[in-house]
Amino acid sequence: MTIESIVPLFVAIPLAGAFLITLLKRIKGIPDTLGVLASASAFALSIMFVLKMEMGQRVICNVGNWGGFQEVLGRIVGIQLVVDGFTVFMLVTVNLIAFLVAVYSMSYMTRYTEKWQFYSLFLLMLAGMNGVLITGDMFNLFVFVEIASLASYALVAFGTGKKELEASFKYAVMGGVASLLILMGVIFLYSNTGTLNMEDMTRILGSSENPVLIYLVFALFLAGFGLKAAIFPFHAWLPDAHPSAPAPISAMLSGVLIKALGVYTLVRVFYCVFGFPEKVSSIFMTLGALSMIIAVILALKQWDMKRLLAYHSISQIGYIILGFGIGSPLGILGGLLHLFNHSIFKSLLFLDAGSLEYATGTRNLKEMGGLSKRMPVTSWTTLAASMSIAGVPPFAGFWSKLIIILACIQMGLWFYAIIAVLASILTLASFMKVTRYAFLGEIRNKLRNILEVPAPMLIPMIILAIICIIGGVLLIPGVRQGFLGLAVEALSRARGV
Amino acid sequence: MSKEQEHGMTVIVKTVTRLTVGLIFLYGIYIILHGHLTPGGGFAGGVIIALSFINLDLAFGGSVSSKIFSKGSTGLVEALGAVMFLALALIGLQYGGFFVNFLHPDGEPGQLLSAGIIPLENIAISLKVGAGLFGIFLTLIVLQKFESEKK
Repeated sequence: MTIESIVPLFVAIPLAGAFLITLLKRIKGIPDTLGVLASASAFALSIMFVLKMEMGQRVICNVGNWGGFQEVLGRIVGIQLVVDGFTVFMLVTVNLIAFLVAVYSMSYMTRYTEKWQFYSLFLLMLAGMNGVLITGDMFNLFVFVEIASLASYALVAFGTGKKELEASFKYAVMGGVASLLILMGVIFLYSNTGTLNMEDMTRILGSSENPVLIYLVFALFLAGFGLKAAIFPFHAWLPDAHPSAPAPISAMLSGVLIKALGVYTLVRVFYCVFGFPEKVSSIFMTLGALSMIIAVILALKQWDMKRLLAYHSISQIGYIILGFGIGSPLGILGGLLHLFNHSIFKSLLFLDAGSLEYATGTRNLKEMGGLSKRMPVTSWTTLAASMSIAGVPPFAGFWSKLIIILACIQMGLWFYAIIAVLASILTLASFMKVTRYAFLGEIRNKLRNILEVPAPMLIPMIILAIICIIGGVLLIPGVRQGFLGLAVEALSRARGV
Repeated sequence: MSKEQEHGMTVIVKTVTRLTVGLIFLYGIYIILHGHLTPGGGFAGGVIIALSFINLDLAFGGSVSSKIFSKGSTGLVEALGAVMFLALALIGLQYGGFFVNFLHPDGEPGQLLSAGIIPLENIAISLKVGAGLFGIFLTLIVLQKFESEKK
């Protein structure tokens, strides 16, 4: 089996899992087993890819062997799946979180009925996300964005309560608008260049003077993918949608979905297709800084734990966008590392919130207190993730924030560096509140008899907490070349730095 | 709602439906099988087949078609179609690539049995789309019954 023929499996395995679950739903234990197996094998494949990839290598798979027309027609016909360093980096991030969340859900989702529907939708969402990452075709990108989004609308409404349905409806409307904007952008690009293949587009756009229409496309993509990523002016749906979903899905949505559908697509389109012009760079930085500071201020007054975490997602996405907006190799490195770290600690925090809800039955911080004695593992993992998100050394989050701030200073952007530091301090304050109200202090009488959550929920939390603590290892030169270096190289080359 | 209406529409509609529903069904199959030769294909044919079942419900009242094709089995058929489509794509990996037409790669224009895996994939799509659409329709009927019972 060549390395090219592995590429489609990232979509095919989760899809096969999803449909086999619906076929075999009657058999007890099948949904859990297939859900975990499918995500585990996708994760294993992505690790294998990291080990096999070399610096600057691109693996191209022509779907249906339509590649042969390239010599005859001079352009690419049919869909290409392209895997470069950035894709591999994202594949590892997405599939790692998906695998751990699938394991966590085995216990957590027993509280809901129709577990097979959950796993089926979960795998569909994973297939959509992996598809977004591996595709090299503009329209195909839109299709996979839609698959992942539709599955996530259904998953947000999974509890079918009043609040869940309202949040899901709001999310679906905003997501629908975003998809429409993206589709319009794709249409204008296609009418301009006559091709849907990203590589061809780059070539055609690079060889001729950019027409005015291209600025309309910039605006459409910025709004469309910005809505999916929930950066500042487009963030309103996120604080409703993410807390309403079941905890494992909140972890997926905040941890990887907004990154795969939003940040990855923004970066892929603006870096690799448009070559990241200066104007877009300053828009990225401004929006990133605004998201950072506004969302963290809004987060300070939240008492619902999951809602608080959702606001922090917007704020941390701001850091990532700022890092990519700077555009220097150091900024890209910071953005990528923070993207990875944020998937780890935000998923962990949502899983912790799920465990607290599982044990105590509430998400309100005011009704908790003194839980560190009754739930030691949840307490310690929350502490690790909180320290990491607040950027306390030597946790993983510190290194990525440090690199982003250094990149700002290197380019002389003192203002953005100060905002980044300020947002980090406010993040720390808000997580002090979580720790104080949930875990420290006197335990309430009615919470005196609660127990720690079962092992399938604890194991993913412990693994994520360990990554939170030792995440800085990724920066050690030997390790950096094999994982982060691949992605930085791919993006720097696309930008021509 | 009066009792007569609960059991469907008038005799005229019922008779016409009885005569046409088989034809609609056959036409759906025709569209699917000729998907690689004429306009249409798995999606359009699947929708037409689903419509023939929906027609039965509209003419004869809510529970006729679900006796032929229950809600549980729509889910199964839908999943079966999707798995079949994916399996065909994955078998292609053995012959050189994802979605490669391994049965009859060159094809002959105008010939019904010459397109390799394309008709098979059309059949898979029609199963998925037809059963999916009909399943949605049945779900909406259940919801409507539930709502009218509440009133």
